[in-house]
Amino acid sequence: MRLRTTSAVAGVSALLLLTGCGAADMTKQASPFANAQGAKTVTLSVQSWVGAQANVAVAQYLLEHELGYRVDTVQIDEVPAWDALSQGRVDALLEDWGHPEEEQRYVADKKTIVNGGGLGVTGHIGWYVPTYFAKQHPDVTDWENLDKYASQLRTAESGGKGQLMDGSPSYVTNDKALVKNLKLNYQVVFAGSEAAQITQIKQFAKEKKPFLTYWYAPQWLFKKVPMTEVKLPAYKEGCDADPEKVACAYPHTPLQKYLNADFAKNGGKAARFLKNFKWTTEDQNEVSLMIADQKLSPEEAAKKWVDSHESTWRGWLSR
Amino acid sequence: MATITAPTPRTLPAILRNRAVAKLTLLALAAAILVPLANARWAGGAWPDALTVDVSDPLTKTSDWIIDNRDSHPLFLYFFGHVSNAVVVSVRAVYLLLLAAGWAGVTAFGALIAWRVAGVRLALGTAAAFLTCGLLGMWIPTMQTLALMVVAVLASVVVGALLGLAAGLSPRTDRALRPVLDTMQVLPAFAYLLPVVLVFGIGVPAAVLATVVYAAPPMARLTALGLRGADKEVLEAVESLGTTARQRLLTARIPLARKELLLGLNQTIMMALSMAVIASVIGGGGLGDRVYQALASVDVGAALAAGIPIVLIAVVLDRVTGAAGEQRSGDGRKTLWAYGAVAALVIALAARFAGRADWPDAWTVAIAEPVNRAVDWMTAHLYSGVPVIGGTADWAAHFTTWVLDPVRDGLQWLPWWSVLLIVAALAWLIGTWRTALTAVLAMAAIGVLGVWDSSLDTLSQVLAAVAVTLVLGFATGIAAARSDRVERLLRPVLDVFQTMPQFVYLIPVVALFGVGRAPAVAAAVVYALPAVVRITAQGLRQVDPAALESSNSLGATTWQQLRQVQLPLARPALLLALNQGVVLVLAVVIIGGLVGGGALGYDVVFGLAQGDLATGLVAGAAIVCLGLMLDRVTQPTERRAKKGA
Repeated sequence: MRLRTTSAVAGVSALLLLTGCGAADMTKQASPFANAQGAKTVTLSVQSWVGAQANVAVAQYLLEHELGYRVDTVQIDEVPAWDALSQGRVDALLEDWGHPEEEQRYVADKKTIVNGGGLGVTGHIGWYVPTYFAKQHPDVTDWENLDKYASQLRTAESGGKGQLMDGSPSYVTNDKALVKNLKLNYQVVFAGSEAAQITQIKQFAKEKKPFLTYWYAPQWLFKKVPMTEVKLPAYKEGCDADPEKVACAYPHTPLQKYLNADFAKNGGKAARFLKNFKWTTEDQNEVSLMIADQKLSPEEAAKKWVDSHESTWRGWLSR
Repeated sequence: MATITAPTPRTLPAILRNRAVAKLTLLALAAAILVPLANARWAGGAWPDALTVDVSDPLTKTSDWIIDNRDSHPLFLYFFGHVSNAVVVSVRAVYLLLLAAGWAGVTAFGALIAWRVAGVRLALGTAAAFLTCGLLGMWIPTMQTLALMVVAVLASVVVGALLGLAAGLSPRTDRALRPVLDTMQVLPAFAYLLPVVLVFGIGVPAAVLATVVYAAPPMARLTALGLRGADKEVLEAVESLGTTARQRLLTARIPLARKELLLGLNQTIMMALSMAVIASVIGGGGLGDRVYQALASVDVGAALAAGIPIVLIAVVLDRVTGAAGEQRSGDGRKTLWAYGAVAALVIALAARFAGRADWPDAWTVAIAEPVNRAVDWMTAHLYSGVPVIGGTADWAAHFTTWVLDPVRDGLQWLPWWSVLLIVAALAWLIGTWRTALTAVLAMAAIGVLGVWDSSLDTLSQVLAAVAVTLVLGFATGIAAARSDRVERLLRPVLDVFQTMPQFVYLIPVVALFGVGRAPAVAAAVVYALPAVVRITAQGLRQVDPAALESSNSLGATTWQQLRQVQLPLARPALLLALNQGVVLVLAVVIIGGLVGGGALGYDVVFGLAQGDLATGLVAGAAIVCLGLMLDRVTQPTERRAKKGA
């Protein structure tokens, strides 16, 4: 018994000694791997889709080669990335697809995150069929005719219904509600990750099989597997306010960058650079295609793009 | 264990049968009274709504409260904040130390330790492993993972040893702790990432703490085992010398338990390594993060480049700590130690002054491209259109329609009370009434949480995967037990499959089997197979040679010998293989949520990705209950019986 008390006391006092006795601020905890060996480090969050990897690859390359920073990247989904930004575990999120709740909480109320300006890319989510299928059956591109094709789009996973393939659970989606509210004879099958979804789309395309998928632009895969959007009931401001009752298409979203508030203020050149970072959909797709399809490492892809687009990125550094 | 049951192979089944009949009759009686009552009130197949509790509201409120108060509430400022800081500071310290040593220094010190503990061969292996990590271009991520591992393993060992010490010295603590440790060990790691993230946020502290929760139980268990198992006579002899309790502990009991302690360390390291990869989902960094990022860009080659160092570290650490358990190193060779240390220091400094502390970029070998080409070729040729047998995509579709769908629909069609009855009957037949009660309560908890249907979906995947695993595993295990050559060939393959992070083969599995439940099952089979093969082979090999001899002299054929002597005698081992298979399969079927497995795994991923505590935590709890139920239903009586003693 005495032994246990002693060890408990020892443990607690060791913890106190180790950490000091003051308050520990959980908003100021950088990654333990940051700023090692005296180098200035920027920590960027990478989301699971390739477009986000392209942003980070180019930002990382320029930060390292032009501004002399060390860059750490951490793979996190969007919503947890907001949380990590607020805690200072990562410094920037380069591509956000719209999270009004988080914006309210962290930017407006807690002021731990600031908007870093637009990325220059506009995002749009929708339902897509492969173009080879749309050419054979032009009327498939209207949602009202989808039920006609349900039997052709059936898979083992979708039971007796047609399959609407969704991607990662981290992506913004109303598809379950849409299928229900538009009374479609379809089953939403979640691929579980973008990687699984891309792999499956490529396999379908190789055999010229029809499929219907949740997909989004900008996306490099369009270059490899041309896809045509299926028209859903038009988007009107606020028609997606109630997630249960959504029965309209997805909006077009200008993608935003967000920075940790401290970093934005004290991050020096790196913060200024990340705020200026702004490119086009074509730029992003070019880098994404190199990474995901030609299997270049993100660094090599970024180098290739940087070498051929100096006029674009010079502006991010000088201002 | 096989030798203990060997003398009574005839009588045991008879007793068991009588007991089984009695148990089933009792259960049937209870069912006859309870089922009509339950059915009258809550008819229908699925779990009745009236018996569910909606926990999403309080959970969402809790999660909001934590996020809103994390920067200001004293609980976080004065407790969690310090814990988190301590983790960051220590991981950082180790990381800086590793960087300061440089690649040459780390390799030299690693080899030195391996040499002193385990001999020259392992020292060379260790050095080769470190250099390979560098060659693959993974030096920095490897060091990050090592830093994380060192801190996590140290913390796990301290926590585990303290718990084990308490359990080893006091029988009452032992009894209280056992079910807790049991439960912790059957939990799939994926299930409890979310609560840790919520409190500590994404990043290293959460990753380290999740690892400690996962890796401490084996240390605790083995420490307790070692302390209890100490030779009574030695202890009495020491006591007769008039020592105090503390002296006895320090001079006799702990040294006597050395072997178990080192085995515990070994187990803890292995568990921590496997967790290091899963923790990449919550921003743990290092090699796991590289694997995870490669997964996102569908790059199997890059995933493999980061996966190989993990396998290498695992194999090296396993062999070195294993060898440390085998032999006792004397103290008389201190000078050798000193020479070695000086040599390592010189190497480190030399590399440093040569300006080569960081791994040179030019010294890397790109394996990603050829690997990707191989994977592309494989999927292009196997996915469909193989003559006669069809492509893997067809198999997957057939497996889904002919096996997974009927099993799932059948389970979901069964009235809820009959599922509970089946669970009770199975658990009671194999264990005691307590086992049965735990299993039934766990299953009922799933219903109460309101995720009955998706849990049965997951269960159907587990059952299908376990069936496939057992067929393949027993067949391979029997082959390995009967031929030394097969076993030698199999060993490295099993090592790789057991330590390779599951994320590496998720993408090839999708490329072969398409999106859905089939690839989740396939990945689970790959992961669980090595353990089943190993336990089966070992169980068969340990069958009393005398029994084999005598059956041989009676003129039994090889097949008869296997069926009538070896398999019955190895029954405990086979049951253990079943149990391990079930637990491991569950762990990966959950990760299958990332490739379209759906059900509970998807809900956990969803919870993590969207920060949705209500969905994620309920699914996590359901997984835990499912794991508990499956463990109890498949846990051999022998293990149970020992626990009562």
